[in-house]
Amino acid sequence: MPAMRVRQAIATAIADEMRTDPTVIVFGEDIAAAEGPFKTSEGLLEEFGPIRVRDTPISEMAFTGAAVGAATMGLKPVIEIMFMEFLGVALDQLVTEGAKMRYLSSGKLSVPMVVRASVGGGLGFGCQHSQTLENWVAATPGLKVLSPSDSQSAYSLLRAAIQDPDPVMFLEPRVAYAERGEVDTNLKMEIGKARVVKPGKDLTIVALGQMTNVARQAAATSGIDIEIVDLCTIVPWDKKTVFESVKKTGRLVVVEEQPESGGWGSEIVAAVSAEFFGDLKAAPIRITCPSVPVPYNGGLEARFLPSPTEVNYQIDQLMATGKAPQPWWIREGF
Amino acid sequence: MSKGLERRKAIQNDPIAQFERAIEIREFENQINALFASGTIRGTTHLCNGQEALAIGLASVLRTDDPVSATYRSHGIALALGLTPESAMSEIMGKATGCCGGLGGSMHLCDLELGLLPTSAIIGGGMPIAAGAALAFQVQGNDRVAVAIFGDGATNIGAFHETLNLAAIWKLPVVFICDNNVYAEYSRINLTTPIEDLHIRAESYAMPHFALDGMDIDVVREGVQSAVDRARSGGGPTLIEAKTYRFAGHSRADQALYRPEGELDSWKSRDPLLLLEERAKKIGKMSEADVADMKVRKAKEIEATVALCQSAPEPTVKNMFENIWSRKVSQ
Repeated sequence: MPAMRVRQAIATAIADEMRTDPTVIVFGEDIAAAEGPFKTSEGLLEEFGPIRVRDTPISEMAFTGAAVGAATMGLKPVIEIMFMEFLGVALDQLVTEGAKMRYLSSGKLSVPMVVRASVGGGLGFGCQHSQTLENWVAATPGLKVLSPSDSQSAYSLLRAAIQDPDPVMFLEPRVAYAERGEVDTNLKMEIGKARVVKPGKDLTIVALGQMTNVARQAAATSGIDIEIVDLCTIVPWDKKTVFESVKKTGRLVVVEEQPESGGWGSEIVAAVSAEFFGDLKAAPIRITCPSVPVPYNGGLEARFLPSPTEVNYQIDQLMATGKAPQPWWIREGF
Repeated sequence: MSKGLERRKAIQNDPIAQFERAIEIREFENQINALFASGTIRGTTHLCNGQEALAIGLASVLRTDDPVSATYRSHGIALALGLTPESAMSEIMGKATGCCGGLGGSMHLCDLELGLLPTSAIIGGGMPIAAGAALAFQVQGNDRVAVAIFGDGATNIGAFHETLNLAAIWKLPVVFICDNNVYAEYSRINLTTPIEDLHIRAESYAMPHFALDGMDIDVVREGVQSAVDRARSGGGPTLIEAKTYRFAGHSRADQALYRPEGELDSWKSRDPLLLLEERAKKIGKMSEADVADMKVRKAKEIEATVALCQSAPEPTVKNMFENIWSRKVSQ
């Protein structure tokens, strides 16, 4: 199996879909001639030409809506939102137009489009280029929301997203673009299916995107036998895999790159609490970022993001007491 | 041929059928207004009285495979494109027999067979979508044309400018029609916009543009046809500003008391129904008695439609859970 960087896995997935399906087109800012600011569309213009691979003006609303319109007329657009924050000016087209087309047409229109966006902190891009913002799109019936964590999931999930008949939001952890991993291009991953990336029997971590890697690092140095579930899909999330894991371990820790309030992890904790109330060995908890903007300063940004050290601290406390430990910012009086 | 397609075909060239459709739209809107006023229908509604000639002129020129992305003020456009009054009215009444199964309402009408994309309740929201439809036609290499019709207020929203620019650089087969009915919600256009002729905004995008008299169906037909021809033959997009006037308020709650005195009467002297009547008499050889008969007949038809739709079935709870994702998603 070839080793690919995540950005190469993304470009390869798009190219493989474009070869298979002539209705797939891609557009976005600087994705054609420049091959993407993160090189996630390397080689596409050269192979598929300017009709199917297009640079757009800096007009997220127009080109997101154009993807909706093109999708209703038989194409499968894959568009790139350079930084997730830039979707803010185009949210209407995805949430209020695109996600309602099937509904308002009594099922006659499909909107098979993928909105790819880079997300997350860790690279010093400051408070307007480092958020994850899954919750902007997770509460819209009609959308599907995915986030890969490594090269394999980037490749396989993106192919699944492009093939899907619904509009899909594909959140790519920016910090992972340069990470290498083996990719089996024949491996299929399904939307709505989580992956157990490390089996264990004492405690379940549910993580997403770059937090999957944080969970792996934590588990590697922990004395606890941790099972890690890489959620992969936020909408619709894989209750079955999460429930099976928690049923086995009796303990749930969600690790989330999100401010504390309004995160997707609350959904997981609520559902697990309702399902296993009384049977859990410890309080189900979330490890999140504090509810502050992402700080620019390198030391502060590292504090902001959930770290393997904090994950292990929380887990050790949870194992010892069964009660939800306080997050670091409360412990330190902030 | 479906009833909708028959209705579409009927108005292509026949001045009598075009006049008849205009009467139908006016009667329809007046009935809708009464039903909302009496509390029979819930929610809100946006009437198109005064804008019938544009709707019918546009529909008479387009092919049924040319999709139209329109707005929440689209009862007239939908009926002009061929949607039956039963289908439109039962949708507005929230009935299962409506064109969106009663789940859309007054602001959301749709009939894909007639080229009517789901109408958008967001100002400017349909514009990028029309451009995207046109992008699909360009990539597919066919000769279909997409149309976006929107109000004067939309020319101040980002979607208008972004979409014009995108359509211009990609030379998309799309026609943008600004239905300038003088009022953006409760505000007269001059209070919100520093220019009177909105079409000149296309100048910034090196896009062909012109204004036309939206009250006169022949002028509408000629203007729209020229833009459609340009788009169909690979010449790219056009911005048309159709000068019309909104005879009603913005929505159900609006009495439109902010109008300058005499403005409404002045526009009403060029009511598209009067112009269409004259034309039907002149070209279609209708007599005064024919016209009177037609008006009575259409009024009765729409009254009968109201009764029919009122007794139509309600959607079921099951319908609320359908057509959201391609397959059922339980969350």
